[in-house]
Amino acid sequence: MTQKNRLQSGGRIDRSKPLTFTYNGKKFNGFLGDTLASAMLANGIDIVGRSFKYSRPRGIVAAGAEEPNAVLQLGATEATQVPNVRATQQELFNGLVSSSTNGWPSVETDLMGTIGKMGGSMMPPGFYYKTFMYPKSLWDTYESMIRKAAGLGRSPLESDPDTYDKINQHCDVLVVGGGPAGLSAALTAARSGARVIFADEQNEFGGSLLSSKETLNGAPASEWVNAVVEELRGYDNVMLLPRSTVNGYHDHNFLTIHERCTDHIADIAPAGQARQRLHRVRAKWVVLATGAHERPLVFANNDVPGCMVANAVSTYINRYGVAPGNELVLMTTNDSGYQAALDWHDAGRKVVAIVDTRQNPKGDRVEASRQRGLNLITGSAVIEVQGSKRVSGVSVAPISADGNKVTGSVSKLSADTVASSGGWSPVIHLSCHTGSRPVWNDDVVGFLPGPTVQKQLTAGAINGSYSTSTALFEGLNAGLKAVAEVGLSASEVMLPKAEEVNEGAPMTLFHIPHLKPTSQAPKQFVDYQTDVTAAGIEVACREGYESIEHVKRYTAMGFGTDQGKLGNINGMAVAAKALNKTIPETGTTIFRPNYTPVSFGAIAGRDCGALFDPERYSAMHKWHVARGAKFEDVGQWKRPWYFPKPGESMKEALNRECLATRESVGILDASTLGKIDIQGKDAREFLGRVYTNAWAKLAVGKCRYGLMCGEDGMVFDDGVTSCLGENHFLMTTTTGGAARVLEWLELYHQTEWPEMEVYFNTVTDHWSTLTISGPNSRKLLAELTDCDLSNENFAFMDWKQTTVAGVPARVFRISFTGECSYEINVQANYGMHVWEKLFEHGEKFNLTPYGTETMHILRAEKGFIIAGQDTDGSVHPFDLGMGWCVAQKKPFSYIGKRGMAREDCVREDRKQLVGLKTTDPKVVLPEGAQGVLDPKAPIPMPMVGHITSSYWSANLDRSIAMGFVKGGLNKMGEKVFYPLADGTVVEAEICSPIFLDPKGERQNV
Amino acid sequence: MFHIYCPHCAEYREEEEFHASGQAHIARPLDPEACSDKEWGEYLYFRKNPRGIHHELWVHAAGCRKFFNITRDTQTYEIKEVYKIGEQPSVVAQSGNSK
Repeated sequence: MTQKNRLQSGGRIDRSKPLTFTYNGKKFNGFLGDTLASAMLANGIDIVGRSFKYSRPRGIVAAGAEEPNAVLQLGATEATQVPNVRATQQELFNGLVSSSTNGWPSVETDLMGTIGKMGGSMMPPGFYYKTFMYPKSLWDTYESMIRKAAGLGRSPLESDPDTYDKINQHCDVLVVGGGPAGLSAALTAARSGARVIFADEQNEFGGSLLSSKETLNGAPASEWVNAVVEELRGYDNVMLLPRSTVNGYHDHNFLTIHERCTDHIADIAPAGQARQRLHRVRAKWVVLATGAHERPLVFANNDVPGCMVANAVSTYINRYGVAPGNELVLMTTNDSGYQAALDWHDAGRKVVAIVDTRQNPKGDRVEASRQRGLNLITGSAVIEVQGSKRVSGVSVAPISADGNKVTGSVSKLSADTVASSGGWSPVIHLSCHTGSRPVWNDDVVGFLPGPTVQKQLTAGAINGSYSTSTALFEGLNAGLKAVAEVGLSASEVMLPKAEEVNEGAPMTLFHIPHLKPTSQAPKQFVDYQTDVTAAGIEVACREGYESIEHVKRYTAMGFGTDQGKLGNINGMAVAAKALNKTIPETGTTIFRPNYTPVSFGAIAGRDCGALFDPERYSAMHKWHVARGAKFEDVGQWKRPWYFPKPGESMKEALNRECLATRESVGILDASTLGKIDIQGKDAREFLGRVYTNAWAKLAVGKCRYGLMCGEDGMVFDDGVTSCLGENHFLMTTTTGGAARVLEWLELYHQTEWPEMEVYFNTVTDHWSTLTISGPNSRKLLAELTDCDLSNENFAFMDWKQTTVAGVPARVFRISFTGECSYEINVQANYGMHVWEKLFEHGEKFNLTPYGTETMHILRAEKGFIIAGQDTDGSVHPFDLGMGWCVAQKKPFSYIGKRGMAREDCVREDRKQLVGLKTTDPKVVLPEGAQGVLDPKAPIPMPMVGHITSSYWSANLDRSIAMGFVKGGLNKMGEKVFYPLADGTVVEAEICSPIFLDPKGERQNV
Repeated sequence: MFHIYCPHCAEYREEEEFHASGQAHIARPLDPEACSDKEWGEYLYFRKNPRGIHHELWVHAAGCRKFFNITRDTQTYEIKEVYKIGEQPSVVAQSGNSK
């Protein structure tokens, strides 16, 4: 296909490198150096999408990050789909596949557009809220239909084949933006020896200089740009980052830069290369040289394809050699807009008219237009555009000097392109990210960066300094300041001489009047991406929204992926006019990260798949895997959940494991339990302060269970602590609570009792813990140790230093199953050896490995709690029926004592943990079920507590449960009812939570 | 993302290494049993939520495991100073600033 809008010469494209690309299934040609947008315009593609709400055809409006319409879907395969790509920022590569994201059956002939044409009165602001609010249950259905019609792009259904990187960086000066201001700032900083990162979102440095024909030192500006970039490239202390958008400015000068490493090369990154990289930069000083975006004007039908921002027209002509039409009408409120008409004319295309809203424009560019004989219509405006899929003509009329009304008769002009310029808006986004509110400036007719606590400098157009010479100068000054602040001495930089252009005063005008009132005129778009019109903003104001932040939320202005880069100021102006206020009086809008959308891939980097979160394994993990264990995540630990034999269901496996343990012997890998080594002469006293029970008399060689509470008296962890020596203890914690408990101990030691001599260290990973449990555990252990295991020598709650399977071991006779049980602790690297020896000798005892689920069932049969399952931060030891674990006579008021004594904690009717037996023994209550005393009570029924643990017990051949019941400890034998989600009601009887061996004889044998 | 100077390590480190542990200078009453429920409740639950200068307890959790204090502006997120446990801040809120 021919590129009908491609100029014969000019631009920064490489005409010797033709490329082909696909848009909506059709093949087109472009050149290396094109963006997708410039190539589409070269090929005369007018429609790039349908609008969000009214489904109106939309074309390319801008040439950079601010583009609201040309937001396309990219990707040649399902796996490489990328949504929300601005065609204006996507470099063309050979074989690029793109499509519009909306329009059904196609963007050219769209069905919703017919509905949208009736729009106006039918779809006011808040339309979706107002229409689809009821019934609430159908919202999901509505939402998916609305989304389909609106077309927001889609994520791939297959895994991304590319890899992404993250990198942490430090620098003295980060320069954001590679235009004239950024170039002079970076050069100044670099020459002084500062560590500089210089980032620009485009493929080459130069910024606005790439899009114009202006000269520096009398030569094309690109020569100076090339020389500077070449010099910077030669410095070791400078990192140049083209194709890198500084997307977020966070606290303490932390910035994120999104570098697109290979997006310009192919659909998939070349082998061995990361597709994108997220730089996480801590910068000592930041120079924002982010430039400005030109504002389009708001006039009737200003969204018809062919309507563009004036500067974009110049960019396409000068940078890409593309004239996006044949007959141009330019409307401007200022001198800079004239450049588009001059460039258009110089490109050999017809300028139909320059419509200047000012009565009497003066300035160098105005003169240049006159000299070229262009048709200059002053004191007038384009009040309406004709055409539907492309501009066919415009209506021009004289307007009042204040720009508020049409004052004369309308004349019609034929044109296919309308460029408009309402002045410039500084790109202040990054300066807002850390909470700094921008400040309105009447001279600039825009917001400027507000005061900030960040180490931030600004230079160039972001300050409203639009001339190249001022931008260069401000960049130099910012560079000098930054260099001085980091303690370096500046070296000399000679700025190039820029052309001086005299400009007349601009007119402050945003919204072009129409013959009809705004509400009746054809739609005048403010925000293209979210389809917000001037009339819509007026409605919002009329309905009582007075702050611009509220108007935004009601109309959705600025809520698109472009964050309203083009439309926000115009919208504020329309709101201000409707409210009869000034723009700053309506409030300021603030921008949030990210400046442009960032792919999830870049945010995730390598932290995905197996690297998403570290996994912790015990030393016996491989054995568990080989035995076909099912695993459960506990914190970062992978713990065996149960060990099914081939063909066995989970329930069958659990029944077998539970019975084998109580009948003979079972083994649990308990290595994941938190272990904290505590030493020091005050260790014992410290334990007494953080546990609720007594520790003063625990002898060396003895173990004791302890409950740990917060100052509120509520249980937060538990475990067994053993006395290894007079001043040496080993504390165990829950698997998930290990880190928290250690921090808790440190907190109290460091902040409350620093005078105590006590030291804590985590030893969780140092030890493997192999727990054998059951009536034959002693016989099994006896085969592997010389230690006297008799009950007289080695009683329940004793521990011994001995040898097991030939390696040194600490053996603790403690029990979480209620059986005779030994926890064998060996150095972690001996764990597997001892585990295998146990199985060698355990075969004759039917030694059965079990996981966390059987552990839970066995402990529930004994009524042992699990902190975090049977506690939730709102229960104290007495609620758990564990008053036996609370010392009353300890001299020091230990943590939790005062809290437990609070008025609310001593109520009789607190929820208390009890056992529950269902009347039908086969029914297992679901955990979380809420109990009621009267199942016939009207809804909402008064609830008395919930089930915390519930299992099938093979040993008891019935279900067992633990749960909270209000005043339950005094309600033994009474009934509680559990109405379930399926409508059934389960009856249960309150009982002791100790379902098996209530006297505790089995563990003492 | 804060950049925090650990007074024990004497280095700036990234926020990821630290945990915030709430308001600083909340001393445990020396005789808890002598506290009324109201006093104990205030010790337990009542915290300042100032707009502006605030003193916070932080711990270098993935570093030296030491606790220390930070004076931070809750509005601008500036860290005005760091100081060790047992020391007093040199930057304090102007009267009327702390609510």
